[in-house]
Amino acid sequence: MSEVVKARESAGRAELVRAYRIMLSARVLEEKLAALYRGGKIKGGVFLGKGQEALSVSVGIHLRKGDIFAPLIRDQAGRMAFGDTILDTLRTYLGSSLGSMHGRDGNIHRGRPREGYYAMISHLGAMVPLVAGGLLARRMRGENGVVGATCIGDGGTSTGAFHEGLNAAAVEKLPLVVVVANNQYAYSTPNDRQFACADLVERAAGYGVAGHKADGTDLAECMRVVGGAIDAARKGAGPQLVVADLLRLVGHGEHDDASYVDPSFRKQHVGRDCLAVAAEMLVAEGLATEEQLAGWRDEAELEVDEIAARVQREPEPDPAEEEWTALSTRELEDHFA
Amino acid sequence: MSEITYLEAIREAQAKALAADPRVFIYGQDVGVFGGAFKATKNLAKEFPGRVMDAPLSEDAIVGMAIGAAIEGARPIVEMQFADFSTCGLNQIVNQAATLYYRTGVNCPIVVRLPSGGTPGSGPFHSQSMEALYAHYPGLIVMTPATVEDAYSMLLEAVAIEDPVIFCEHKYLYYHLKAPMLPDVAMPVGKARIARPGRDLTIVTYSAMLHESLAAAEEIAEMDGFEIEVVDLRSVKPLDTDTVLASVARTGRMLCVGEAWPWGGVCAEVIARVMTEGFGLLDAPPQRLNAKDTPVPYHPALWGTHRPTASAIVAAARQLLET
Repeated sequence: MSEVVKARESAGRAELVRAYRIMLSARVLEEKLAALYRGGKIKGGVFLGKGQEALSVSVGIHLRKGDIFAPLIRDQAGRMAFGDTILDTLRTYLGSSLGSMHGRDGNIHRGRPREGYYAMISHLGAMVPLVAGGLLARRMRGENGVVGATCIGDGGTSTGAFHEGLNAAAVEKLPLVVVVANNQYAYSTPNDRQFACADLVERAAGYGVAGHKADGTDLAECMRVVGGAIDAARKGAGPQLVVADLLRLVGHGEHDDASYVDPSFRKQHVGRDCLAVAAEMLVAEGLATEEQLAGWRDEAELEVDEIAARVQREPEPDPAEEEWTALSTRELEDHFA
Repeated sequence: MSEITYLEAIREAQAKALAADPRVFIYGQDVGVFGGAFKATKNLAKEFPGRVMDAPLSEDAIVGMAIGAAIEGARPIVEMQFADFSTCGLNQIVNQAATLYYRTGVNCPIVVRLPSGGTPGSGPFHSQSMEALYAHYPGLIVMTPATVEDAYSMLLEAVAIEDPVIFCEHKYLYYHLKAPMLPDVAMPVGKARIARPGRDLTIVTYSAMLHESLAAAEEIAEMDGFEIEVVDLRSVKPLDTDTVLASVARTGRMLCVGEAWPWGGVCAEVIARVMTEGFGLLDAPPQRLNAKDTPVPYHPALWGTHRPTASAIVAAARQLLET
């Protein structure tokens, strides 16, 4: 039985199609973000996940309402699978006062923590302990069957917070899933300047957690491996470390031309575009026709364009209306003359 | 219990918080069965099973997990073994806990207890006073209790507050400072206290330096006949500028005393505020007395000169009274 068939059986045909359509929406939305950035409509940076959608969507799609998800910089697909919307993404990037961050933070630094969707900070690794702590509190409250997942890159695995968080989660046997997208470069730094082990998944043994390897360019495999890891965590098997190899098909941000990327990567298996690979697979497996694929893209583009036009008419945050307090306890605000 | 120490007050406050609210738990190094490096959590693991947990030697993860737990509705108390080690968890405190409410509207009700300040022989890495560092960041409340009563009541209030609280408890006071009983009612956080009334000079201080300042004030009263007013800030953020200004209005002179380093410190902030808002109240330039601008030395002979002491405060106060 081929891997694709096995994956299809576990993930389900409909689930693969759903995953693909979320990937496609994320890709189309990110193309729009890049265009808005080039047009000077976005203040600040734009950080895209092109080439990482298959892995990312596999995380978000296997989480349930009530789970915890702390995505990172290249997880537009996973975010949307977990319930984030095109609308709130655009509002946050465009600085609409109606967005979940109200202009106080932007771009990928968005979330709705009360709904289990934690808002990343820029300091890599820092979300690993946060998700672990959220899971600890859920367990203390007697909630079982909850999973917490967080995504990180190859560079982020070199941080102290990654190490401390994963180790502490292992000590507490928490249902934490850490998904590492090894996209070959941390900004411009290649793997051989980042770590010396043969494969990052080897680290799982050092933490006493289960390790899983996935081909990050292959949606069906990502769905099977990530789905399996999330399932294992949900069933009480403790923390899970998933490492997937793929290539970042864009710069670190849209300001970056990624000229440092070794061009030979693009010709290798790891340099495949996961969205194109998934499309081919859907057609080959009879899950979609070329016409359907084109129709889905048209639908996604129409939706993104409509929402982008609407959000650009929304009000910017008003400094005169801003409360300018960092405290929930207003009576304990400090006052400066 | 005939008398209660500052340390016992901290333990009692935590016991009361654990008993009163099932969302409260304690996380930190050696806080479980061992009861903590200073025994601030003695017997609590036994009294509250599953809610007083030993953590790995991972300050970043300890604070980060507390924040995650707080997002999920818990009210964690983190014990740093020494305030000095909190720099290893600094990122989580200042970038995650302190920004959470502003960025997302979600409260972050964590308490980070920092066993702070110098004791003889503790040296550069077990002696630091870090209140100014944390006060610098928006989104944190920084408490510096100087009395047994405040250690108890302010810690209870810290647990109840919906924002992250850095609780700087002074190790030098742990065993030395005693009170006959714990208070039922307390001054709210955010209000400074006139610890000693006076008319000739105001000393603004907090934490262990309150006691050095009070001793200095007594000596000056006895030897020189001047009455020094001593203001205990209690919390350095928020800082009760009004009480400080009211005192300076009475005395016309101000000396700020802090055990921490001088640059950008609490004393510098107090002076900046008094200069800005109360310039006309001053009869002489305000002064500060801080630790020397070096790491905290190990040897008691050096340490005793590195930090302000009652005799150093007496000298500084006399100079200011003569100005």
